[in-house]
Order: sequence, then C-alpha cells, then structure tokens
Amino acid sequence: MSGITVNTKINGDPVEFICDADETLLDVLRNRLGLTGAKEGCSTGDCGACSVTIDGRLTCSCLVLGAEAEGHNIGTIEGMANGEELHPLQKKFIEHAALQCGICTPGFLIAAKSLLDKNPDPTESEIRFGLAGNLCRCTGYDKIVRAVQDVAKGMRNNKAKRA
Amino acid sequence: MPLDNAPDSKRKFNVVGTRPLRPDGIDKVTGRAKFGADASAPGQLVGRILRSPHAHAVIRKIDTSKAEKLAGVKAVITRDDFPDHTDGDAALYDTMYNIMAREKALYEGHAVAAVAATTASIARQALKLIKVDYEILPHVTDVDEAMKPNAPLLHKKMFTDGVDPKPKKPSNVARRFEFGHGDVEEGFKKADIIVERSFKTEATHQGYIEPHAALASMSPDGSADLWCCTQGHYMVRDVCARILGIDISRLRVTQSEIGGGFGGKTTVFIEPVALALSRKANRPVKVVMTRDEVFKATGPTSSTSMDIKIGVTKDGLITAADGTFRYQGGPFAGCSPAEFGAMSAFAQFHLDNVRAIGYDVVCNRPKTISYRAPGAPMANFAVESVIEELAHKLGMAPIDFRIKNAAREGTKSSYGPVYGPIGLGPTLEAAKNHPHFKAPLGPNQGRGMAAGFWFNFGGQSCVSLNIPTDGTITVSVGSPDIGGSRASMCMMVAEELGIGYEHVRAIIADTSSLGHNDVTDGSRTTFATGMACILAARDAIKKLCQRAAATWGIPEDAVTWEKGFAKPAGANAGNFAPLSLKEIAAASPGTGGPIAGHHEFSADGAGVSFATHICDVEIDPETGASKIVRYTVIQDAGKAVHPSYVEGQFQGGAVQGIGWALNEEYIYGKDGRLQNAGFLDYRIPVCSDLPMIDTQILEIPNPGHPYGVRGVGETSIVPPLAAIANAVAAATGVRFTQLPLSPPRVLKGIEDAKAKGKKAA
Amino acid sequence: MARVVIWGSLKPHTGGRSEVEIEARNVQELLARLGETYPGLQAQIKRGVSVSIDGLIYREGWLQPLAPDSEVFLLPRMQGG
Repeated sequence: MSGITVNTKINGDPVEFICDADETLLDVLRNRLGLTGAKEGCSTGDCGACSVTIDGRLTCSCLVLGAEAEGHNIGTIEGMANGEELHPLQKKFIEHAALQCGICTPGFLIAAKSLLDKNPDPTESEIRFGLAGNLCRCTGYDKIVRAVQDVAKGMRNNKAKRA
Repeated sequence: MPLDNAPDSKRKFNVVGTRPLRPDGIDKVTGRAKFGADASAPGQLVGRILRSPHAHAVIRKIDTSKAEKLAGVKAVITRDDFPDHTDGDAALYDTMYNIMAREKALYEGHAVAAVAATTASIARQALKLIKVDYEILPHVTDVDEAMKPNAPLLHKKMFTDGVDPKPKKPSNVARRFEFGHGDVEEGFKKADIIVERSFKTEATHQGYIEPHAALASMSPDGSADLWCCTQGHYMVRDVCARILGIDISRLRVTQSEIGGGFGGKTTVFIEPVALALSRKANRPVKVVMTRDEVFKATGPTSSTSMDIKIGVTKDGLITAADGTFRYQGGPFAGCSPAEFGAMSAFAQFHLDNVRAIGYDVVCNRPKTISYRAPGAPMANFAVESVIEELAHKLGMAPIDFRIKNAAREGTKSSYGPVYGPIGLGPTLEAAKNHPHFKAPLGPNQGRGMAAGFWFNFGGQSCVSLNIPTDGTITVSVGSPDIGGSRASMCMMVAEELGIGYEHVRAIIADTSSLGHNDVTDGSRTTFATGMACILAARDAIKKLCQRAAATWGIPEDAVTWEKGFAKPAGANAGNFAPLSLKEIAAASPGTGGPIAGHHEFSADGAGVSFATHICDVEIDPETGASKIVRYTVIQDAGKAVHPSYVEGQFQGGAVQGIGWALNEEYIYGKDGRLQNAGFLDYRIPVCSDLPMIDTQILEIPNPGHPYGVRGVGETSIVPPLAAIANAVAAATGVRFTQLPLSPPRVLKGIEDAKAKGKKAA
Repeated sequence: MARVVIWGSLKPHTGGRSEVEIEARNVQELLARLGETYPGLQAQIKRGVSVSIDGLIYREGWLQPLAPDSEVFLLPRMQGG
C-alpha cells in the first residue's frame, strides 16, 4: 500500500507523517507518532478512550482516518499540561481520586476540557451528559463528576476575581 | 500465617486514614503511563488470532500453507505448536485448550490459529488464507437447556462429580456441590409462611476498558520476556512457562499499567500465543485484542438459573432456607463459580437449617473467569429478592426482618465456619439510620435494599524495601496496582517508619525481581501485600536500630524506633541524641552497607466482609426504562487506609452491579453466536445514567491485620442486583425474577400485571 | 483429634458422614491423612481446598498448626476477582 503524506499540527507543533489509506488517526498517533496517551478501548467510537480534539472539536480518533488530519489542528492528552504546570482538570482528577486504573483518564480529560471550553458553568446533569461518550468501569463516575464540578467552580471564582 | 498481634484499637494513625495524592497520578493524567498496548520492541511483529465462527465444531484439519507463503508472514501457529506439557494437570490442560483449540472448537471465538506478520494488514490477510475444515456439531448456550438429558454433549467423558451413586451416563453437569447444616425439611415444617421462587440471570462481562495486550520476546534458547496487562504477572509467568514447556525462571514477565480487570485478567488468553509466535518467528510479537475478541474470547461470568425457598415464623424468624444454584461456566469443568454462589447465598443470615446446592454446568460459551466476588451477586439477587417478599408477607419492615435474622459473631455461617467479629449488623443499623432511608420518594419511584457478603482472602506476597543514603524509601511489590494500591502501600510504610508519605515510592517489580506474589484478586492486595509492606518496614526498622546500636556501642534491644528516629530505649541505655532515618541511611555505607527490609509470607486472616446497599429507582411507565435516582453503599472496611480509594471501590462495584441489574447481558442467537459483542449493544452504565453514589465507610477492625484492614474490593458488587430488583418491585408492584431489568422486560411485566388485574376485576 | 467437617456433596466419599475425626498436627498432615483414610476425597484435595480452622479461613497455610480440639472446615479453594 502506498503511503499518504499528511501535514498537520499536533498540540500546536507542525507534524508531517506518512500513513496508509486505511489507517485511523488513533493508529497514526499511537503507532507512528509515539503518542500513546489516546487509548483504543473499542475502535467503534463507543468508549471515548481515544478522544482527541480536531480544530477544538471533541472527536473519537478511532473514527477518523489519519489522512483526514491533513491541514487540521489535533489536540491530544500529551498537550494538555503547560510545561510543568498541570491543567486544573489534571490536578483535580488526581486530588479527587477520579481515576482508579487510569485507562479512560486521558479521554475523560479531553472530553471534560472540551465541555468546559464550551460551557464553563455546567450543571451536574450537563456534566453527566457531556461525559456520556466516555466509559469508565472503575469509578462509577462519582469522583469524575465531582472533579469536573470543582474545576468549573475554580474557573468561575478566578473569573469573578479578575472582574 | 495470621498475625497474633490484633489491631490496637486505640492506635492513632498519622498517615493511614488520610487522602494523599497517588504516586502514579501525574503519569496517568498526562498520558505517559504505559498500559499493555503502549509498549513496543525493536523489530516487533503484529500477532493476530483466527477464531472459530462456530459455537461447537470438530476441527478436522487446519491448512496454513497459503498463509505461510504470504510475504511478510513470519510465523503461523496452531494446536500443533502447543504439545501437551501439562502432566495430568486438568485445569492447566483446559487453560491451554482455551488459548488454542485442539480437537474441537468449543465456543464462537475460540482461537484456532495465529499469525505474526510485519504489518497488521498482512496479518489480517494471512488469517483469511488459513483454511480450517470444521465439522459443525449441535451446540447449547443456555444453562437449563445444557442440563437436559438430551442436550448436545460437550464432553463424552464428563460424568457428574459429587452425586451418589455415580451417574452412568455423561452429561454437561460437571459437578454438584452441597453446603449447609441442620435439617431444612424439619425447618420448613416450623414455618408459617414459605416463599419459593425461581430466578435467572444473564452472563455479564467485567467490561474493563483496556483490551488484553501482550508483547512477547522469546529466543530459541527458551529465555523470554513478556510485557502484558494482567492482575497477576507471576501467575502469567508460571502458566505460560508450563504451557510452553520452559523453565519458569527463563521467563520474565513485566506488568504494564493495567486498565481494569475486575477478575477478568486473572488468567491467560493471548500471552502464551504471543510467546509461541515469538519463539517461532524469533522476533518480538505484539498481540492486542479487539473489543469484539474481548467479549467473545475472554472470560465473562456465568449465566445462572436458581431456585430459592425460605420459610419464616409469624414473628419473622427464618426457620429454613434452601437454594439450588445452576451456573454455566463455559466449556470446561470447574470454571463456573457455582460453589461460591452456593456458599455465599445465605451467608448474611443466622440460620439453624440451611442447604445450598450448586451445579457447575458446561456449555458452548467462553470459559468463565472470576468477576468481582465471583458467583455471589447472582445468588444474592435471588435470596434477597425472596427475603424482601417474605418481609412484605409478614408485614414487617424489610430492614427489621434482616436485622432480626442477621448473622453475627458466633453465628454458624451457611458455608460452615463460625463467624468472628463481623460488620453486618452495623451496616444494617447504619442503613436504617441513614437519611436516605427516610427520604421521601417521588411518583413512579421505589426504594429497595439488600445486604451482601464476600469471603475475602489473603494469599502470597513478597515485598522488598530499600533505603538509599538520603533516607527515602523505595518499596518493590509484586501485586499489580489496579485501583491506587501503590498509594496505600506507601502510606502503610510511611506509617510504620514514622516518616512522611512523600518520602516513600512504591513500584510494581517484574517477576525476576521478587518472590512469588499471588494475583491481585480476592480483595487481597491492600490487606495481604499491605501487611507484607508493614512487616518489611518493621524488618527495616530492626536493621536501622541495629545500626544505631552499633554506632552508640549499646545492645540492639536498648534501641527503640519512634516517629522516624532511633532512640535509646530508656535512661539505662545511655544518653545519646536520637538518630534520624536520614542520618542512619547517610552513614550506612560505613556501618555495614545498604539497609533493606523484606517480608514474604502467605497471609491469612483476611476476615469476611459485608455491605448493605439502599437504592431508589424511578420507572418510566410508558417505556419500562429504569433510572437510578439515589444510591447509598454502606460497607465495613475494617480500617480504610486511603478512604478516597475505599469509596472508589464501593462506588465502582455498585455501578457494575447497576449495569448487571439493568442492562448488561450476553445475547446469543440460535446459531450460538454472540449478538452484542461491542460497547454499543452490550451497554455498561454511562455517566448520564447515574446519580452520585453515596458511601459510608464503617470501621470494625479485622483482628487478622495489624491496622484492622479488611479487603473492600469485591463485596460492593454483591448487593446491587437485589437492591435494584427490590426497588423496581416497590416502584411497579411487580416482582421480577429475571435479569437484566431492561426496559422491554419491565414494560412487559407492568403490562402483564395490568392485564391480570383487569381479568381479576 | 481435630474435627473435620466436609461439605455436603463430599459425603459419599466418607461413608455418608459430614464430620470425621483426624489426628493431625497441621493442615498438611490433615489433608494427607484425610486422603489416605478416604481415597475418594483425593480428587478434590488435588483440585484445591482451603480450610477454616476455628472460624478463620486459610487459603493455603499447610503448616498451620491444629489444636487437639480444632474444628476444621474443608472449603473449595477460594477464588476472587
């Protein structure tokens, strides 16, 4: 199979890769680029463990072809922290014990960030529906929801302080 | 060996009971943590497995010649590559048969061949070129059907064990178990009210989000390395070495981070296959399961069929309890947890007359393996449903009926032994006093409860603790950390040494670095491996005190350890300024070399565990859909080391139980094929299905642990099935005896009851 | 003599008795003598048993000492998830 050359940006950095026509973006990230933070839980878009953003939009990378990334900005878990500084969601997930095994965590963090980017003040129900595309089998979601609530509250407080 | 030093109930803890950040947290929130499928090796090949499309078929011939000739294919293996080294060990033989079919394919998805190729697409093509000549046989997937005399037979030589006289004809019933005491027939004669019901539950899957993955590298000389996600890498090592016929010491298994297990990763599936492929290709081979393979070819739990009969006096005392528990365990004998179902079913009651009969049944489904408190949730569903019904018939509050008949210290358990101090009564009392219990219910809502039991056990652990010259601590444990156990290990070591949590780091060592460690299962890790950590720390303290004694020139027993310092034991020992851990460590090169503590043992005295759950459910009468509106878990943890992760175990187990009760099921077609092998159709609970899961941790110290710790991981999945069924019965007025309580089933139940009501009117 | 209680479906192997008395200093000796006295039990012992001694469950613990009046329950080998 002849390879397709793809130019894209991943977490802000220009990246060029070659992939087969039938390769998913998830396979490219994991197998060609060494970005194994996105996980394959199902390959059918049901579990959300492979969540990334494409131009800011939450996407299951197992449902997108690598070739389709041409010209787009891809956001992955590896780009979430700012240097040494963890994103508030990352901090609060650890603080609230919102992970047990941690396999679903990258996907949840991407999805939660995407939710808060759009809706910084979500109700519990909005959080629950916003994260309904991500499966977690360990936690029962309780502590995940609390972590996201805590981050949203912090963001509101910061905003209030700045105003 | 159990410790004779019972927990000191007055002990004040500094670290245990707090909620520090877990040591692997940052790796896991940044995507750096390496799970099973995240490793790769130079020159690695892609391994893929060909699976039987038939539920039951003789494998006449496998022709791999075309696949072998395909460019890029480096190895093709079949049953012929697994000569029998099992030496009469029937369970090991079955494990080997399960990872690669031999004479017959016994279920849809059973592995029949495997290839290793340079790319995934070549591997896929190669699988298509393998020609398998099947002789399709009649199959059976339902437990009741499998027990019928004319059912298709899986094994011609299977004669039910445990019946007298021995059966003359083979059947699919592998074994019969019987537990209990007293005389149930006499007990029923004393009863004023008897309820007798039959129940069925469907098979469910552990549903871990991480599919099985293995990266194997095996040389022609028999030395091998394996990286995989498992609940027990020592188990993987031992089983793989025996299947492949190599020395155990030649195989080193490194455990990856594990993306959930819940019992499902307590055996091998792809690991021996990856090793055999690597041996044949003489290159590293990586095998990763697809989700479809996970559902079809790993180890879900049993589907069941059960009969329960319980009798009570007018004033609410149980006079007799009798149950029959039929569990299918897939195609091999001894795999279903029928015995644990039968043993645990009535364990929460004080009973003079009890009998539980279990049947271990084979059928053409995947080989079952443990799922969190294996066997107990289904039995509990049946028993606690009848208990609720009896309470209503008696006109007694179900909680009072349960309290009246609850097992307590001194009760002869339904499975035999007499209980020591147990926490069942306190969980029931706490439930009765919980605000949830008195909260008003809305329209179409009902409240249910159930109490559940699990055994817990200890097992083998080996821990090594090293003290570098700066006085910080590294702890090597061999128990895979699935839910944050590294944090608990660090906490217990810090507690013993009297230092800060942040100075201790725990890692999971590979199989060549430590002695054997049992699988992380049976709720054993925080209890048993944690106890080994405590004892390794005590061993290190002894050595630290020796160094201080030698430095001061006083006898060893004149030195004590207090809050991170060696001190003279009293005024007579001499007047020396205390030496800190840091100071002793810094001097260690000159005082005798490195300081390390070790402990290896087989821990016993785990102490049984009880929980009581309360659940409010709302039913949509138009669709039959159920919504959990409030849920509370009350469980005895003995002593919660890291309360956040104890709560997490309570919540996670409860939600798995909610999934089991409401939606999850293996659905088989008439062709014996699984119809819902994916997360879209096998529906585990999602975030929007659920409320917060409230928890209440009770701490009734376990006398078998120095801090009083009890395992907490499994019991929480036991009561939800019954608690929800009881809540649904309260909301609809209909008693459902079959799970899952999916919308069509509930709707039909409501409509049938209405029709019946109209008829009666 | 330790009092050993077996589970119901093993009774055919002990002449219908659910309790037998065995002279043994520890679990290992107990299982060996049990298998010698009642050969029908050997298959289950080989398959794996745990024991409960005076109320405490031992999954392995072959060297666990038995008191002369210990009450021992034979249990199927414990499994967990």
